[in-house]
Amino acid sequence: MIRADNLSFAAGGVPIIRDVSFALDPDGPTLILGPNGAGKSVLLRLLHGLLEPDAGQVRAPGPQAMVFQRPVLLRRSVLANVLFPLRGPDARARAEQALALVGLQAMAHRPARRLSGGEQQRLALARAAAQRPAILFLDEPCAALDPAATRAVEEIIRHLAAAGTRIVMTSHDLGQARRLAGEVLFLHQGRLLEHTPATEFFAAPRSPEAAAFLRGELLWAPGA
Amino acid sequence: MNDLSSAIAQALGMLLHWDAGLLRIVGLSLRVSLTAVGVAALVGLPLGAALAVARFPGRGAVMAVLNALMGLPPVLCGLLVYLLLSRSGPLGAWGLLFTPTAMVVAQAALIMPILAALSCQLLRSLWEEYAEQLRSFGLSRLGAVPTLLWEGRVGLTTVLLAGFGRAAAEVGAVMIVGGNIEGYTRVMTTAIALETSKGDLPLAIALGLVLMLVVFGVNALAMALRGWADRSGH
Repeated sequence: MIRADNLSFAAGGVPIIRDVSFALDPDGPTLILGPNGAGKSVLLRLLHGLLEPDAGQVRAPGPQAMVFQRPVLLRRSVLANVLFPLRGPDARARAEQALALVGLQAMAHRPARRLSGGEQQRLALARAAAQRPAILFLDEPCAALDPAATRAVEEIIRHLAAAGTRIVMTSHDLGQARRLAGEVLFLHQGRLLEHTPATEFFAAPRSPEAAAFLRGELLWAPGA
Repeated sequence: MNDLSSAIAQALGMLLHWDAGLLRIVGLSLRVSLTAVGVAALVGLPLGAALAVARFPGRGAVMAVLNALMGLPPVLCGLLVYLLLSRSGPLGAWGLLFTPTAMVVAQAALIMPILAALSCQLLRSLWEEYAEQLRSFGLSRLGAVPTLLWEGRVGLTTVLLAGFGRAAAEVGAVMIVGGNIEGYTRVMTTAIALETSKGDLPLAIALGLVLMLVVFGVNALAMALRGWADRSGH
């Protein structure tokens, strides 16, 4: 369903993604893990088409949506934000349904940028969900959130995954990865070191880098 | 000193009695400058937005020209429009010279680069924030321009007010292309210049007070708008 073949990407001459190939499991969710600077966010952007690879190709079906680490909200009401990418006569109904899913229906007419951080990220999720994407990319969606807001966001992600949305996300939170992942892509210095089912990855990582990462000893990619 | 205080007293009298000549001059000033802002905005805002999102060779040069034109002296702008509209000029057949329309053209040409450069600056930072999300929605760079203009509406309004302030306060351009014809093309700034040189201080002072009120009013409006935007999350 989602494939990458010999993907490479460099920024300003510095290689970020080096010859990465994989075919994702049809179910997921897929968690892209790795130390800071491993290339997780760049890989996500290559898969979503926000970045063009220097070499190789991506095959990922549409429609797709993406939620970013910092929610990018328009200076409009909550409802208008969800409606923005939607077309068609059922847009309003889909928007209201998505707001109900994330528990923001009561705030539909509030200015979006007055919401709390957790509410803003839930709104970004509602906007993505209302687009009914086949694939939903999430780039560290909980990195800036407190534990309660993180739980709420994870609950929504689980719900969307159960309803058939293919989830591909990055996270630096190992607890979150254990709770959500069906399979893991482990990146280190732009290379794909492991692509394994989550249970296997957390129980018995194959590469010494992944083992060190799981022990909490590999937080930055040296020299990256 | 006595002359001055009696001139000020006469000026206040004109203001309090809504002197007809004074009102006509103020009205024309506002009409010309507001129309000029409207015309300049139609060109300048989309141009600024397009420059904020576009990537093309020579973009830097276009920005440099716009920034230089921000400092264009009004008299020079007036001279250029004069040459364009004069009988022997390329647009002379339209017979626009020494009409309020010519004054609108000159002021619009004067402030269009200001509106374009300021809105480009403003929308560029907005684009940095929104670019990935809007492209994720499937919008192209130019397709994102209407959204950017709407999202930047508060900041753009203050840009328009700045443009209006510049247009209403300039004297050189409208003097040259309007001709300061009484009852037809005489606006506040040209009247102040003329009346002062004639020694008719009361009218000059009265007009100066109105002009100051207009400029203060525009600034107060801009500040109020900012405050409202900060409070309401826009």
